[in-house]
Amino acid sequence: MPGYSDPGFDTLSLHAGAAPDPTTGARAVPIHLSTSFVFESAEHAASLFNLERAGHVYSRISNPTNAVLEQRVSALEGGIGALTTASGQAALHLAIATLMDAGSHIVASSALYGGSHNLLHYTLSRFGIETTFVHPGDVDAWRAAVRPNTKLFFGETVGNPGMDVLDIPTISALAHDNDVPLMVDATLTPPWLMKPLDHGADLVMHSATKFLSGHGTVIGGVLVDGGTFDWAASPKFDNLSAAYHGFHDMVFSDESTVGAFLLRARREGLRDFGACMSPHSAWLILQGIETLGLRMQRHMQNTEAVVAFLATHPMVERVGHPILESHPSHAMAKKLLPRGAGSVFSFDIKGSREQGQAFVETLKVFSHLANVGDCRSLVIQPASTTHFRMDAAALKQAGISPGTIRLSIGLEDADDLIDDLKRALRAAEKVGA
Amino acid sequence: MKVTLTTNGQTQDTFIYTGGKAWVDGQPTAVMIHGVLNDHSVWILQSRYLAHHGYNVLALDLPGHGQSTGAPPATVEAAAAHIWALLDVLKIEKAALIGHSFGALIALQAAAERPAACTHLGLVGIAYPMRVSPVLLELSQSDPLKAIDMVNTFSHSTLAPPPSALGPGTWLYGASRALMRRILRSNRTDNVFHIGFNACNQYAGGEAAMGVVTQHAVKTRFVLADGDQMTPPKATKSLTSLAPHATTAMVHGGHQLMLEAPEETLRAIADFLTV
Repeated sequence: MPGYSDPGFDTLSLHAGAAPDPTTGARAVPIHLSTSFVFESAEHAASLFNLERAGHVYSRISNPTNAVLEQRVSALEGGIGALTTASGQAALHLAIATLMDAGSHIVASSALYGGSHNLLHYTLSRFGIETTFVHPGDVDAWRAAVRPNTKLFFGETVGNPGMDVLDIPTISALAHDNDVPLMVDATLTPPWLMKPLDHGADLVMHSATKFLSGHGTVIGGVLVDGGTFDWAASPKFDNLSAAYHGFHDMVFSDESTVGAFLLRARREGLRDFGACMSPHSAWLILQGIETLGLRMQRHMQNTEAVVAFLATHPMVERVGHPILESHPSHAMAKKLLPRGAGSVFSFDIKGSREQGQAFVETLKVFSHLANVGDCRSLVIQPASTTHFRMDAAALKQAGISPGTIRLSIGLEDADDLIDDLKRALRAAEKVGA
Repeated sequence: MKVTLTTNGQTQDTFIYTGGKAWVDGQPTAVMIHGVLNDHSVWILQSRYLAHHGYNVLALDLPGHGQSTGAPPATVEAAAAHIWALLDVLKIEKAALIGHSFGALIALQAAAERPAACTHLGLVGIAYPMRVSPVLLELSQSDPLKAIDMVNTFSHSTLAPPPSALGPGTWLYGASRALMRRILRSNRTDNVFHIGFNACNQYAGGEAAMGVVTQHAVKTRFVLADGDQMTPPKATKSLTSLAPHATTAMVHGGHQLMLEAPEETLRAIADFLTV
């Protein structure tokens, strides 16, 4: 039992959602690798299916191990509940599919992970859901992009890879003025760094593959509902405030004043689209979250050291981290991310594309691969990998040049990371000589 | 559904959640009354279950709360009068009255006013007298968001609740806090938090009401929680001692027992209603 205030971050990281197993006494969270769960009786079965009683039926819809992860991330983010999904992309799709129909419209930041941009720009448009992309810092552009059928504002807390910090208080207020929620992708800023719900966001999604899990071992997503958006008060969300024929004419906003979104997302989205998380994956992510606070502290320390090194190196054209006063989001980062703006950032090497390639290929401690948020340090060239489907104009809008290098700073000794970077920059310099 | 009442020329709508079922003539009625800064949705599981198991359920939002309009009741007596006014409009002659916390005081007072019309009295998470500390009472007025955080912490007993209101994955600390904030915000005229706390604090009719309930042998059950810090079970003795005919069900949870111990609370209520 906690004291007179909410438990702290590290306590929640270890305890939220999980008590010793009442049957076995197991202290760690058990992995419930069971597709389904036995009913006590026919009446019990019917009650569970009809949402009269709470419990597990089938692991596509819920699972005890996943439920611990859902409670834990909700607790850390300050939400009312969460859904675990097969990936971060599945979390994004689940949110959109819950809120929208063909003919709906999204206003989104242009500084998005390439996969998210792809989903919004190319794939969802095939299903009649259109997106207008705007520069995350251009408030007037957000406002101008709103249409009568707009149902969601979407951005990343820290844009990938330019590190534009989203002005969540301002953008969420604008969203609410237009009767729509703001959802943010907080993958690069786990809740130890920032809780977007505290700043006005309504929904938060994570690719749990990254910092939440932290060890590069698992693919997964989490979608958290803040319970703040009044779906019934908005004229735009009949799918949450009118009878839903797909579940006995349930009116989700009458069932739950604050949890209508979660109810429909689980009862329809996970049921029908089925992009659920494996309980084994949930367990791996839980293992990571147990040390999230400690890891993020070290990620930030190492990032500060690496940024300081790169910022003064003669071979470096630009370092794009908000910790630097030169970064356009410096002030916003100090306001919203006082513990640090994350350990994923980009920089530009002076010289040719070949010099950039030599740099990447010379690194030994940094691993060249397509991921971020690992405990190991990572490197990639976005223009040729994560963002390769974007045309030149879109790349420019996202702040990416052909020579941009993205780093994800891990937990190694900072001196070893800097030595590795020194060697690689020297190699790049030789190629250009 | 919404029921419109007209009192002294003033109309007000009361929102009633019926558990996802239409009214069925001839079924018994169960009225479910929420506590301070809550609404019908705290009964989400129990109300839906009862509605699908032979009861016409009326889980209301008290006046001025959530989807209901009108002035929030300033006293327990005023709230009890509202319950009967609603039932009169709906032409319901008898009903089980089930209340939580402030709602339990309302149910008790309402039962005492028309004991013959109360088939069952379910008192969930009740204490009497229901004193609110002066600090908290003042804070509910001066800094309600801070007071919500305090109440929220006192209302929960575990960091690992079982599957609950929104199914598995519900984080009750967050869900309860979000609901209280929503209800506070839903009334831009009156501070329903402070008014509700004040009504609890000032209610002095509990012993007399329980005396009437006992005199008329109204079937009564206390549903209490062993980890309740808001209305601890020991603070119920003043009522239980006056009601030798009543039964008590002790569930494992905190003040928000409907959400922290939904199964045990459901059984405690559902079994009682079959008596």
